[in-house]
Amino acid sequence: MAVNAERSANSELWQRDSRARHFRERAIKIVLAACAYASVLTTFGIVFVLIFETINFFREVSILDFLTSTKWTASFANPSFGIIVLASGTILTTLIAIAVALPVGLLAAIYLSEYASPRLRRWLKPALEILAGVPTIVYGYFALTFVTPLLQNAIPSLPIFNVLSAGLVMGVMIIPTIASVSEDAIYAVPRSLREGAYALGATRRETATRIVVPAALSGIVAATILGISRAVGETMIVAVAAGNLAQLCLSPSQSCQTMTAFIVQVASGDTPTGSLTYSTIFAVGSTLFLMTLVLNIVSYMFVRRFRETY
Amino acid sequence: MSEVSGERSGVGRDQGGQASTVPKTSALGMKIEDLSAYYGSFKAVTNVSLEIQPNRVTALIGPSGCGKSTFIRCLNRMHEVIPTAYAEGCVKLGDQDIYAKDTDPVTIRRRIGMVFQKPNPFSKSIYENVAWGARINGYKGDMDELVERSLKRAALWDEVKDKLKKSGLDLSGGQQQRLVIARTLAVEPEVILMDEPASALDPVSTQKIEDTMQELKERYTVVIVTHNMQQAARISDYTGFFYIENMGDPGRLWEFDETTKIFSSPSRKETEDYVTGRFG
Repeated sequence: MAVNAERSANSELWQRDSRARHFRERAIKIVLAACAYASVLTTFGIVFVLIFETINFFREVSILDFLTSTKWTASFANPSFGIIVLASGTILTTLIAIAVALPVGLLAAIYLSEYASPRLRRWLKPALEILAGVPTIVYGYFALTFVTPLLQNAIPSLPIFNVLSAGLVMGVMIIPTIASVSEDAIYAVPRSLREGAYALGATRRETATRIVVPAALSGIVAATILGISRAVGETMIVAVAAGNLAQLCLSPSQSCQTMTAFIVQVASGDTPTGSLTYSTIFAVGSTLFLMTLVLNIVSYMFVRRFRETY
Repeated sequence: MSEVSGERSGVGRDQGGQASTVPKTSALGMKIEDLSAYYGSFKAVTNVSLEIQPNRVTALIGPSGCGKSTFIRCLNRMHEVIPTAYAEGCVKLGDQDIYAKDTDPVTIRRRIGMVFQKPNPFSKSIYENVAWGARINGYKGDMDELVERSLKRAALWDEVKDKLKKSGLDLSGGQQQRLVIARTLAVEPEVILMDEPASALDPVSTQKIEDTMQELKERYTVVIVTHNMQQAARISDYTGFFYIENMGDPGRLWEFDETTKIFSSPSRKETEDYVTGRFG
């Protein structure tokens, strides 16, 4: 009873302003929502502009020509717009990059997760991820001024600007992405599964390559597709080192132009707004956007289809 | 133990009126001397000595955290898979010291299989789950026959024979555990260690696992850790009671004897208190 009396006697000490509180709660909710919607609206805005300008482009250029022509002469007097030319550059550099990054990244991930001691892993993994933070322009000049001369020693006929060098360095650039994301997936495979394999007399290698990696497959595929997306969208390395020569790209030892490199080239020049060349970059941008979108959807479906639950 | 030394042969010995094509072999027993197990500087189990009889079920019981699981993991060198964990002492399979310097733990684990608390089938088909261990161990015989035989011994064949290509993860918990047992049997071990194999299962599945164990001891030596005293009483021939006297001490083997003796007239008071349900 004494406690209750004391409590009610002090009730004037407890005067929270419920109106101000209510206002603050509402205000913070509005600020948070605004931030969330801003990014969504920006994405919609970008897609809208892309579509709008792409429609402008296809008013003047037939889709058939765009998809089937094997010439890309956007700035010529009688232009031809064969996206295959630029796409071939993008695809070839990406293939070279993945050929480098997938094996190296995956093996690095297996090492980090299955072989490295916990202490080594603690500093090796962040160190690897630093590689992902190097500005891509640095990679570009690294390709042009270091890797290309090295390659020219082996292949004297190699031009200064070539797809091989750009693709190789791009591969190095995406190693951390593939290694880090795959490592997360491999590390997340439950220990009980490894112990099950050990208990049957499996060695560490057998356990890693035949039990753990297959169990982490969906994550490894997601990592690979993320790496491909980065390679497809990569701009500076190819703009600096691959040569910006819009020709059908069939061999790694030639110069060529990727979709991103074309956009940079046009956007950094003085192209008048509303001209055909101007809307060309949006058509190329849309194609690029579609490519990465498809990759992301494939990755999403793959991850859902092959996810193992324990 | 003299009659069961050396490698087990695949040649069948006649058993009762059964066909002589059914291989019936004696397994090896184990002998543990003065075994202590550590996690880094923490001593989890101390000075355990005990003999595990061939073709018998030995149960290890005791309150939580008294080192039963740690101990059983030392018996096939699984304990050291955990970083910083190690064991001291002598563990013999037959006459072979499995902790000898020139002994490869990989070959030991094939001969002393292990079934874990939580079913851990691989993300492979039912068939592959069973065949995988045999394949990595270089089994050159008829794989279909081995898979069928192993699944039959684990009392799972009838339930899965029509869906061997389905993922092992699609099975129920009890079926998964029997799949893991089949997988273990497929590499033809001498000893099967089971670390609370039924604790995550429902009573019906538990019953099936227990029935399986009774058949397993005809061919294998079985060691089982269990929290369930009735289970230990039902299935085992020998029982070891692990106990920690004071908090922070390492676990000890408090008493070891025939199961009937442990459950009817144990020689130590703590054992009696535990098996009669006064604590734990």
